[in-house]
Amino acid sequence: MSIIYFLIGCSVFLALAFLIAFFWAQKSGQNDDLFTPGMRILLDDETKESPKND
Amino acid sequence: MPETLTLVKPHCYHCGEECLTTAYETDQKQFCCQGCQSVYTILSGAGFCSYYTYNDHPGTTRLRNDKKYDYLSDPTILAELLDYTDERLSIITLYIPHIHCSSCLWLLEQLNRFNPAIAYSRVDFLKKQLIVRFDPKGINLQQLVELLNDIGYEPLISLQDIIKKQNKEVKSNLVQKIAVAGFCFGNVMLLSFPEYFGLSAFEQNFKTFFGYLNILFGIPVVFYSGWGYFVSAWHNIRNKILNIDFPLALGIAVLFIRTVVEILTHSGAGFADTLCGLVFFLLVGKFVQQKTYHHISFERDYRSFFPVAVQVIAEGKEKPVPLAELKTGHRMVIRHNEIIPADAMLLQGEALIDFSFVTGEAVPVNRTLGEIIYAGGRQTGEAIELEVVKPVSQSYLTQLWNNEAFTRKQDTRMKTFNETVSKYFTIVLVAIAVGALLVWLPFNYRRGIDAFTAVLIVACPCALALSTPFTMSAALSIFDRNFFYLKNTAVVEQLARINTLVMDKTGTITTGGSKSIGLDAELNAEQRQLIFSACTNSIHPLSRMICKYLGDLIKLPVTGYREIPGKGITANVNGHQVRVGNDEMIFGEVKEGNNLTRVHLMIDDAYLGYFGFQHEYRAGLETVTGLSPAYELYLLSGDQDHERAELLRFFPDNAHLFFNQSPQQKLDHISQLQQKGLKVMMLGDGLNDSGALKQSDLGVAVTDNVNNFSPGSDAIMDGRAFNKLPAFLRFSKDTVKIIHISFLISLTYNLIGLSYAVTGTLSPLIAAVLMPLSTATIISFTTLATHFAAKRRKLL
Repeated sequence: MSIIYFLIGCSVFLALAFLIAFFWAQKSGQNDDLFTPGMRILLDDETKESPKND
Repeated sequence: MPETLTLVKPHCYHCGEECLTTAYETDQKQFCCQGCQSVYTILSGAGFCSYYTYNDHPGTTRLRNDKKYDYLSDPTILAELLDYTDERLSIITLYIPHIHCSSCLWLLEQLNRFNPAIAYSRVDFLKKQLIVRFDPKGINLQQLVELLNDIGYEPLISLQDIIKKQNKEVKSNLVQKIAVAGFCFGNVMLLSFPEYFGLSAFEQNFKTFFGYLNILFGIPVVFYSGWGYFVSAWHNIRNKILNIDFPLALGIAVLFIRTVVEILTHSGAGFADTLCGLVFFLLVGKFVQQKTYHHISFERDYRSFFPVAVQVIAEGKEKPVPLAELKTGHRMVIRHNEIIPADAMLLQGEALIDFSFVTGEAVPVNRTLGEIIYAGGRQTGEAIELEVVKPVSQSYLTQLWNNEAFTRKQDTRMKTFNETVSKYFTIVLVAIAVGALLVWLPFNYRRGIDAFTAVLIVACPCALALSTPFTMSAALSIFDRNFFYLKNTAVVEQLARINTLVMDKTGTITTGGSKSIGLDAELNAEQRQLIFSACTNSIHPLSRMICKYLGDLIKLPVTGYREIPGKGITANVNGHQVRVGNDEMIFGEVKEGNNLTRVHLMIDDAYLGYFGFQHEYRAGLETVTGLSPAYELYLLSGDQDHERAELLRFFPDNAHLFFNQSPQQKLDHISQLQQKGLKVMMLGDGLNDSGALKQSDLGVAVTDNVNNFSPGSDAIMDGRAFNKLPAFLRFSKDTVKIIHISFLISLTYNLIGLSYAVTGTLSPLIAAVLMPLSTATIISFTTLATHFAAKRRKLL
């Protein structure tokens, strides 16, 4: 049954990793604007040659 | 008579406004004005035509746009506006009210195609902000702003950039705290289950291991996530206030200490899961309560719409002077669409001042030379020169902000139910805990301490602390859906206690710009065409309404067009002399006692009749005034009492109608009503209502466009929601009732828990079940009940 010590260690470590990832996301401002990126993705990339060069 | 061929009025390709003339046309596309046409030319020239494919008519009308940005080269102003600057990089955040669709986003994020010195431009859609990084050597701020203006996105630059400030300061780490509490809560639950289900004899060593882990998880919950409660409780005790944070902090502390002691002495399993759950739910409640409207500001005052600088003539040259340095005697130049920032005397030019910011009245008024013009008016028409007679802070309008209503701290307002109840709750709770301790102490001191701590744990007012935030936030989103934006959750309770409504007239109970137009004349087709042709030349709102009324006619050649500001227009159309104007222009005298604004028509000296313009009252005014016996109704208007007779149809009591009120009188009036013990709600719209809004128990700014300027207030109401005001008031009363009921529910849970606690036999399992159960009950009850109440009031 000693394997439980190891398994619990693993689970806590994994959860901690997610927590740290969330902290990082929060700090780098990824959750500041949750609306605009959703709109941005709908806009097409302009093909470079299209604007009146030819 | 030739048949009219054009049945559909063309809409401007850029902004979607109706085109009154066909004069502006490019690439077979119609434009309403020169401005829109030039924006199109710039965009199509730069290969930006996709702008028009994402949305129809994405632009803003350019009819009223003619601004100068010279002041943006002034280094002191520049330093204040830029977020960051060095030699190679400047960063600025601009607020652009027009951002509204994906075309805006698309265009504004490609600014570097206009000018390569712009390194980066990013839109924050909800905040309507544009962040630009640029090379100050390649393009300066003035050029950047002019570029934005040229493509139809005029940034709003003001002295008091509140939107920016407001969005900056929200950076609290509440979300991180919730994350930590949630993380610990989940893990502790996992580790506590084995204990509850029973461990066999050979698994006993796990018990201590799990216990130590639980303590480990409890530490960040108490000292990071829950620390705010200790700080707040301590702060309140020092100020001799007992609020809900005190029993909460006590509960958290007792839970933690008892858990640590039980685990270390191997005397029990502790309450680690209850502790983590408590803090987690409390923080979630806090989070729900924080509602932010990114695009709305409740704190605006005159500074947020006054210009940053004004052009001053010194030694024959014009130069921009920041408002703070504007002094008595300065001679300033105000151009079309610019705001007069200080009380000043008109020296030169035709002044046609639009005071809509101040009074809500949209029709510009004429001022003669030598007259004093109060700050806050917007010049329409040609450039005028004025001499400053009072500095900005001393002017008629702005001195209102020196009143104590603006310096007073906000917490002198009504106490919320939660604040009142938690005081008694705390006292009773501590009394029961100490009582249990004293009863047990003579027999069994261990049991006494167990009972004492158990009472504090089980009666920890978690559900009570959650009932208000969850009810209020549900209510807030109901209001939000109905275009009524409340500053915070406490405003709902204030709304429920109101018993007196005070309303401003122009712009509040009448719709701001639009008036109803009626024609009292017999006109034939030719006469219609003549009048239309004369009026299309004018940008005066009344002329534009006449053109709209007459419909899309073919414009005839006009010679000798003359506009006499504040009076009317004369023109020679197709050989006919057309005169369109007010009493003074047509009859040479002002006729008294008119309820209507009349615009008379005269062709070749033959009087034809007039257009009558009438203020249009907001839809549903009668339902609002129908509140009358239950609520006292007052009207405070800055205008003359022309409309008294008409308003008496709505307001039952003549003595409650007040006209000719100055901003200061409005404020004083509100405080008089308050001294009578009435709870006053003020509805206003202009800067002249600012004092009254601030003084009242609940200030509501009524506006037709929530992104436009509205004075500082507790709530902002979209004009469309005005008729729902009675429903809002009733609904707010319902929500308060819901809070009362949920308080009773949480009390019941507390009593059940207490019956175990006082005997000193509270098992961790009961605490761990009771706490989440009561929380879940409260959350589901408040949410459902609020939803049901909103349905009943027809707000959903």
